[in-house]
Amino acid sequence: MRRLLALLLLALPAAAQDRRSGFDDMARETQAMQREDSMNPGMLWVLEGEALWRRPAGPAGRACATCHRDAEATMAGVAARYPAWDAATSAPIDLAGRIAQCRETRQAAPPLARESQGLLALTAYVGHQSRGLPISVPADARLAPARTRGQALYAERRGQLDLSCAQCHDDNAGRRLAGSVIPEAHPNGYPLYRLEWQGLGSLQRRLRGCMTGVRAEPFAYGAPEYIAIELFLMARANGMAMETPAVRP
Amino acid sequence: MARVLLNIPRTARRGDIITIRTLIQHSMESGYRPGADGEVLPRDIIRRFTCTYDGAVVFAAELTPAIAANPFLSFTTVATSSGAVVLRWEGDNGFAQTETRQIEVT
Repeated sequence: MRRLLALLLLALPAAAQDRRSGFDDMARETQAMQREDSMNPGMLWVLEGEALWRRPAGPAGRACATCHRDAEATMAGVAARYPAWDAATSAPIDLAGRIAQCRETRQAAPPLARESQGLLALTAYVGHQSRGLPISVPADARLAPARTRGQALYAERRGQLDLSCAQCHDDNAGRRLAGSVIPEAHPNGYPLYRLEWQGLGSLQRRLRGCMTGVRAEPFAYGAPEYIAIELFLMARANGMAMETPAVRP
Repeated sequence: MARVLLNIPRTARRGDIITIRTLIQHSMESGYRPGADGEVLPRDIIRRFTCTYDGAVVFAAELTPAIAANPFLSFTTVATSSGAVVLRWEGDNGFAQTETRQIEVT
């Protein structure tokens, strides 16, 4: 497995190799925590997600596994391609949104709220099947307007501190904000276990953290703005290896 | 039932030092933090962890409110004979969980 990962890393395009995952800036102890599955607390959610994947829900008693079978085969690389275009709503949709939608419409089960433990667990389990695979943004022209919007949001100054994402994560990445290294803001390990949260959280939770940090009003969970930013960030990190479930300080 | 991640060797040679690593899902609410309503959240932590190997206690730990959520414990012992490794976590609100793994010593 490790050899396979090394090969994959070598096969990544040059741009992806210039990109620096937040993993590289972490303390050695935190890196060890992520690397070793029996020490990575994110794996607790992956285990939970695996159980949920097989558990029937809704009146028809259908589980995720009823249609999608073995996630290790059918879900490999899926998380690396999201957000994707959703024909039903004619809008881009992220992985958590797709899982919640599938559960509501196909299983007719009680909906899973954003950031609920069940949705995080299922997203982590599906995301885990792409670990080590490169982010491969789909060439879907319908996603382009939202991606452009995401790029604009990323560069837009907001909040009382009047800061944009780009001012820290592009202009000052690798430098320090107080004691912490400013990462390049890549979405390659979500949902991830953050030591500060002492739990698993989504990219949207992380984005909210940054927004309240600059004293801006965060968007509501599931807002199209978050999906647009995620689209842009995924395109920016195209080719980087997925790390789900990552560990971050 | 809380989810656990265990790393215990299935087989070992007699006299070998074996490492046992455990991680359990638990919020470890310290009892000092205010909740969203301003009221202090009641303490909910794991208070004691014990590991018995072949009937004898080889490791035990008292956990306190300063310990982070999902506590990770790693310790070593000497493989003496084939037997069961029994891990037990006990805590507030009647929390109790036991996991058993067999070790084959040759």
